[in-house]
This record gives sequence, structure tokens and C-alpha cells, in this order.
Amino acid sequence: MNVSDIIRLLSPELILLITGFVVIGVDLARRREDEGRTAAAVAVVGLILAALAAIFLYFSSPNQIVFYTMAIDLYGLFFKVAAFIGVALVIIASVNYMAGRSKFLGEFYALLVFAALAISVLVSATNLILIYIGIEFLSITSYILTGFLRGNERSEEAAIKYFLYGASAGAILLFGMSLLFGLTGTTDLAAVGKALEAGGDMHWLGLVALVLVLAGLGYKASLVPFHQWAPDTYDGAPTPISAFLSTASKAAGFAIVGRVFLVAFSDFHPEWTQVLAAIAVLTMFLGNLTALKQKSVKRMLAYSSIGQAGYILLGLVAVSNDPTFGGVNGLMIYLFGYIFTNVGAFLLLLPIEKKSGGSTDMEQFDGLATRAPGLALLMSLFLISLAGIPPTAGFIGKFYVFASVINQRMIVLGALAAVNTVIAAFYYLNVIRHMYFAESAVEGGVTVGRGLMTVLAINAIMVLAIGIFAQFFMTWVNSSLALVTASGF
Amino acid sequence: MNNLAPFPLLSLIIWLPTLGALLVLFFQDEERIKTVALTTALADFAVSLFLLAWWVNDGSMQFQEMVAWVPNLGINYHLGVDGISLFLVLLTTLLGPIVVLFSWRNVKDHLKTFMFLLLVQQTGMLGVFLALDLVVFFIFWEFTLIPMYFLIGRWGGKNRVYAAVKFFLYTMAGSALMLVVILILGWQGGSFDWMQLQGLKMPLSLQTWAFLAFALAFAIKIPLFPFHTWLPDAHVQAPTAGSVILAGVLLKMGSYGFMRFNLPLFPESTQLYAPLLAFLAMVGIIYGALVALVQKDVKSLVAYSSIAHLGFVMLGVASLTKQGLSGAVLQGVNHGLATGALFLMVGMIYDRRHTRLFSEYGGLWKQIPVWSAFFIIVVLASVGLPGLNGFVGEFTILVGTFQANPWWAAVATLGVILAAWYLLTAVRKMIFGPLDEEKNGSLLDLNAREIAVLVPLVLLFFFIGLYPNFFLDKINPAVDVLLQTVQSSPPPF
Repeated sequence: MNVSDIIRLLSPELILLITGFVVIGVDLARRREDEGRTAAAVAVVGLILAALAAIFLYFSSPNQIVFYTMAIDLYGLFFKVAAFIGVALVIIASVNYMAGRSKFLGEFYALLVFAALAISVLVSATNLILIYIGIEFLSITSYILTGFLRGNERSEEAAIKYFLYGASAGAILLFGMSLLFGLTGTTDLAAVGKALEAGGDMHWLGLVALVLVLAGLGYKASLVPFHQWAPDTYDGAPTPISAFLSTASKAAGFAIVGRVFLVAFSDFHPEWTQVLAAIAVLTMFLGNLTALKQKSVKRMLAYSSIGQAGYILLGLVAVSNDPTFGGVNGLMIYLFGYIFTNVGAFLLLLPIEKKSGGSTDMEQFDGLATRAPGLALLMSLFLISLAGIPPTAGFIGKFYVFASVINQRMIVLGALAAVNTVIAAFYYLNVIRHMYFAESAVEGGVTVGRGLMTVLAINAIMVLAIGIFAQFFMTWVNSSLALVTASGF
Repeated sequence: MNNLAPFPLLSLIIWLPTLGALLVLFFQDEERIKTVALTTALADFAVSLFLLAWWVNDGSMQFQEMVAWVPNLGINYHLGVDGISLFLVLLTTLLGPIVVLFSWRNVKDHLKTFMFLLLVQQTGMLGVFLALDLVVFFIFWEFTLIPMYFLIGRWGGKNRVYAAVKFFLYTMAGSALMLVVILILGWQGGSFDWMQLQGLKMPLSLQTWAFLAFALAFAIKIPLFPFHTWLPDAHVQAPTAGSVILAGVLLKMGSYGFMRFNLPLFPESTQLYAPLLAFLAMVGIIYGALVALVQKDVKSLVAYSSIAHLGFVMLGVASLTKQGLSGAVLQGVNHGLATGALFLMVGMIYDRRHTRLFSEYGGLWKQIPVWSAFFIIVVLASVGLPGLNGFVGEFTILVGTFQANPWWAAVATLGVILAAWYLLTAVRKMIFGPLDEEKNGSLLDLNAREIAVLVPLVLLFFFIGLYPNFFLDKINPAVDVLLQTVQSSPPPF
């Protein structure tokens, strides 16, 4: 492998790295004039270029390992494209929101670009060390972004909580990894997998390592019981960052949990099916039941996105060889649709917050259908998709994941998930009820900037497109299943 | 696939209303909006009449269409119509223009959205009756919730929001497990196609759960006792057009679901649980009638009468006899026409007096004879007077039920008597007696538009009542096919 090959294979990461520094430079030059608009534009262009580079790589089907640590495979590229799009949407929507709120706008956009870079590294990592570095890189950028509204107590509290939790999770992850290294003498995922398969009597210790690694990675995906940071952080963080944390960052968490389990722990498949099934049930019920009684829509969405993580995890519970319902493809299509849906729902809070001066209580949505019919319609679409009602992306995702679960004969688990969709329908519907049927206590329309409107429109179109042209997206997902290392699946 | 249609007639029937709904969005002028909505609904009805013109009476699935939609999953956009769904489709397309015409003057708030929702609702319901792929069926089934939720919640009565939420959540709760079972069927049978899933051999325990999950979804929709508690709220609170659609078509999605899916897909469980269904149906007949008897509000009375009438339909289904099933199909249509008409008439009088309490009325015959005459005809049709449609349906069901179990027929007959009692009491309280409420002295009689709304329904009462074979001839062959499927699998015990 020569230098030009390496540059080609790592082009998305290199583009993001350069973009990040250019954003800071541009901001230094133009900070006063335009409130970070140029910096944001540069960041978005960089992300689009990186996404194009990833798509270009995708079509050349590389399936190669770079530096013995990064797999440039279709699985990783799929998540890269999804995450870059998610981050780009968040940046466009942030421009007006952040303009009055912070002085350090260049840093804000640069950090988001670096977070995308961290995700990009993380979803490709095939080595325990690089996984740890990726997780920490993503975490550190996320802590800063969460606490970016300096002087805002809730934002600071959110950042501290996230930091303390993330630091502990990092330590646990590291401990689990050290056990794995002790057991197998290697940090390469595929080699770890082979060694665990061969070594008989250290099986139980491997199981301990599995649980520790799951605890360390599971917090990124906000799986119960590693979720405690999530509600306060999603609620207190600047809203665009909540959108980022609950989608792109969460998708990265799932991607790496998937890779580690499928490659390194394939020998433990019977065990982790049960562990993950229990976690999925807990996550769904806790997220959905707690969301029921929230009075603030932002906090409700925070708990809802925990509940959503439970459904997504079902894909990993039901992983199998089945070409149609392999489980992982369900997880991927669910996440892809979920990114657009949840980014849309969170970003729709921006104009509401602006109007109310920060509050996202249910009452702020009263009569939105008459005050801003377009916004109410978009919000309804996102909520219907989150509830999994056709013809939206949410339905296709749930359909796939549930079908995979049932094809693995886990009918009770499927039924529990179905019960959860009913619980969830109740609180999603509640927002629609406020928007359409309640008398408005607030007067006057809601204004939406052009950038935000574009983002919301893109999200809405994608939510419907994935729902209706499911075949097109599924073909893409199914062809992305190739993990570079041959695993047991 | 056999019997593929050369021309996508069924797709045209399903999607024409949606096309009209999208067209409506482009107009601002109220008159134009109404004209577009009415024209589309009428055109849809006209198109659906071609089903009758090209009908082949052999009990098969006709006008089939099959397009791969998500081939990765084996989901096909597969449509078809047989004797069981034919008249439900026609009922839906007929009630479409009727509710649009009825809402001509009484909907003032957000007329455009109202018409949009009515038309989109048509698409959903027609899709439910015509889909032969279980996933496509489920999508239409879920979709029908959304427009009706907004129709009730936005344009309904005082307690509309509560009623809308209750309606939505009940149905959603029922259908969540149905989706799980659809996935189980897809896994067991390797296909979501209704035609290929028939005769699928499943372990009895699994089949029982599958049967019960489908039964729950449909029982809530019908609604079968004890899943009926959403109905009085939704029907009473909905705007008149919504009530007509709810009672006329949406409830039939439940009884249709039983016939289309539970019977042929789970024949063993069906035979095992038919007595339970019959029992619940009988409880519904008596309970609905008794509660209707004591209502003070005429719209509540009509709502509870629906529980009793749908109990009748389900009794016919549970009898698993030819007459019982044919009667159930026909009586489903009859109930749609008669109860639809009753809701329309209650809506007309409510628009004039803004009350629905019996105590406020009496002696209307002297003031508004045309309304009263129509009301009496509609009530008699609903009661089952020979010569009108209700009689044919009830009689056929009773014959079938008697073959299955004479005692069931006896209970059902009691229900007929009770129905006559509460409906004729309603007539007495509304129309006869002295005209002693002063406000009723200035009531205006029906106008031409309102008469135009009612006349087609009344003509159909007589047509079905006097010439039932036109309908039964088309229903019977399909019922024969269905019964063969059910009886080819002997009961497990």
C-alpha cells in the first residue's frame, strides 16, 4: 500500500481534518463581520466534500485495512455518510441560533467538524486502542459542545454530568479492554475474536470483559442502565447539540458496539443476545414510560431518544445470517431514518425556544397549527415517524427490526416492543394534540430562518422518501453489510 | 398471478380521492374547494361502478393488481376485490360524496383541511378493503387513524379532544400486536401475500396467539363487547360527517378483517373460538340495546345502537354458515347505509336546534314533515321492517345462526325486539306528541341539498329490501370459497 492509496482511503478523514483548521482560520479573519456565517459555510462544504469522498470510496468497494487499525469497509462508510449528513444539517441550523449566544463561533463549528472526524475514525476502528481514542476524541469534543453556552447554568450542568459520566465510562471501557488484551495478547478485534474462540476455560472472563466493554460503549448509545447522563445532557445542551448527540453521536455508538460484538465477541453470540435483549427491554420501557410524564417537549424528546435506542438495539439482539432480516441491516436502516427524524424534531424546537425565550413546555406548542401551520405539519410528520406510523422512515425501521426479532423466534420480545410503540404513541400524539387542538396562550406567528427551513424540509423529504422508496434504501443498506473481517455471521 | 387486471381500476378507485385532496390544496375559494371535493368523490363513485359492470360471479379475487413494492422484503402492492369486499368498496365510495355534500354549509372552520382529510380518509379505507398484501393492508389500516383523529379532534363536539385521543390509542393498541403477527406470518410462510398464506400450517399454539392478536385488533374496531368503550365517545363527539364515516365504514373494517384474515388464515383457531366470538357478539347485542334504551341524547342512542347492530354482524360471522356469513356481509352494508342516514338526520336537526336531547323535541311531524318522514323510513330500515334492507340482512343472519346454534338465534331475536323498542321510542319522542317546545315552532324543513343527500340512501334501502338477490348473488360465491377454506381444516378438538 503506497502513499497515494492511503490518501485515497483516508480522504474523508483528511478532508475533515483540513476543514477543521480552515474553519478556525477563517473565523480568525472574519469573526467580527458575519457572526460565524463564513465559518459555518466552510464547515458545511467540508462535510459535504467528505461525504462525497466517502460515497466515492463506497462505490470502489475498497474493503481494506489501513495502518492495521482502520477498516475502510462498506459498513463503516455507511455510517460515515449518515453522520456527515447529520452534522452538516445541525451546522446549517445552528447559524442563527448560535449567533447571539456565543462569541466563539469558529470554535463551535470547528468542534462539530472534529466531532464528525472522531465519528469517522470510530466507526472504522478495528483495534481496541483506536476505538478508545475514537471514543475519547468524540467525548471531549462533545463535552465542550454541550457546555458551549457559558454562563447558562443548565448547559454547564449538562456538560459536567456528561463529562463525569463519560470519564467513568471511559475507565470501565479501558478496564474491559485490558482484560481482553490479557486474555488474548492482542488488540486487534479479529485476532481477539479468534483467540476467544480458541481459548476454552477463559470463557467466563471473556464474558466479564464483554460486559465491561458494553458498559463503556453503551453510554454513547444511551442504553439503560448506562443512560443516566442522557436526559439532563440532551435537555441542557444547546438544542442543535442535543440533535447531534441524540443522532450522529448515538449512531456512532451503535456502529462500534456492532463492530466489536460481531467481530471480537462472535463466540459469545448466545450470551450477548440475552444480555442485549434484557438491556433493550429496559431501555425501551424506561425511555418511553419516563417520556410520558414530561412537561417540556425537549425533555420528552430526550427520553424518547432513549426509548428509540432500545428499538435500535433490537437489531443487534436479532443478528443472524438471514439475507433479508439479518438484524444489522434493520439497525442500519432504522438509524439512517432516525437521524433525519430526530434531527428534524429537535431542530424544530429552535423557533419555539426563540419565541418563548428558552422554554419548550407543551404550552408553547398550543395552537401552533394556526400560528405556524407549516411548522406544525413538519413536527407532526417527525413525531409520526418517531411513533413508527406509516408511510414514514420510522415505520420502515421498526418493521425491519421487529421482523428480525420475530424471525429469530423471539416473539415475546417482539410483542414487548410492540407494546412500547403504543406507550410511545401516547406522548408523541400529545404534542400533536397541543399543536392542533389546544387554544393558543401565546400570540403571534413563529418566524423561521431560511437555513433552518431548508434543513427541516430536507429532513421531512428524507423521512417520507425512506418510508415510500424503502426498496432503494434497503438495497443500499444490504450491500453495506460487508464487514472487512470475516466474522461468524 | 392469475386474474391480473388489464387496467389498474382498483388503484384508480383508491388513489382518485387522494388526487382530489391534493387538488383541493391549490384552491382558496370555498365554493371551488367544495366543488372539487364533490366532483372527485362523485367521480370515484362512478369509477367504482365499473366493478359491477365487469363483475364475474365466480367467487374469485378480481381486478387484481400486483406490483413489487419492496422486493427485498417480499412486500407487493397487491390488490384485489371479491364478493366480500365489493359492496364495502361501493358503500365507501357512495358515502364519500354524501358526506361532502352534507358538510356543504355546516363546516365553516378550515373547510379546505376538512375536505382534504375527508378525501384522504377515503383512500385509507378503500385501501384497507382492497389490499391483499398484509403489510400494505396494515399500512392502510394505520393510516385511516390519522385523518379521523384530526376530524374528531378539530371539528368535533365539546369533549372532542378526549374522544380523538381515545379513538387513536385504542386502535393503535389493537394494531400493534397485529403487526407482530403479520411479521410472524411472514416468517412462517415466507410471504406477506394473503393468497399464499392461506393453508399455511402453523403449530396450533402459535396459530392461537396469531388468531387472538388479529381478533383483538378487529374486535376493537368493530367494536365487540368489552372493547367498545371508545365508540360512544368518538361517535358522539365526531362531526356529523365523521360519525357517518366512522359508523358507515370504519367499523366495517373490523368485521371485514375477521372475514378476510381470521377465517381463512387461522381456520382451526376460528372454529375453536367461534363460540367465544358469538358469546361476545350476543352480549354486545343485548348490552348495546339496553344502554341505547336509556339514552337521553339521540346521537348517543344511534351510537349505542351501532354496538348492537355490529354484534349482529359478528354473530353471523361466528356462525360459520353460508347464510350467516352472507348475511354478515350484507348487514354490514345495511348498517352503513341506515346508521349513516341516522347520523345525517341527527346532524341536520342538530344544526337547526343545537341540541340532541329528546326532552327538547316532540311533535316534529307538525313542523317538519319531510324530515320526520325520512326519519321514520330510516328508523324502519334500521329496525328491520320487511321490504327494507335491514330485514334481509337480519333474517339471513338469523337463518345462518339458527343452523349453528338455535339458542344464539333466540338471543339475537331478543335483540331485534329490543332494537324495535328503542328506535321506535326515539321516533315517538322526537316526532309524535304535542309540539310544546316553542323553539321547535320555527324549525325549517329539509332543503333540496339535504334531501339530495338522503334520497340515494333511501332508494338503496328499498332496492336491497326488495331485490336482495342482486347483492346476495355476488356475495354468496365468495362466501362459499371462504367456507371451503375454513372447513378444509378440521377443528383440532
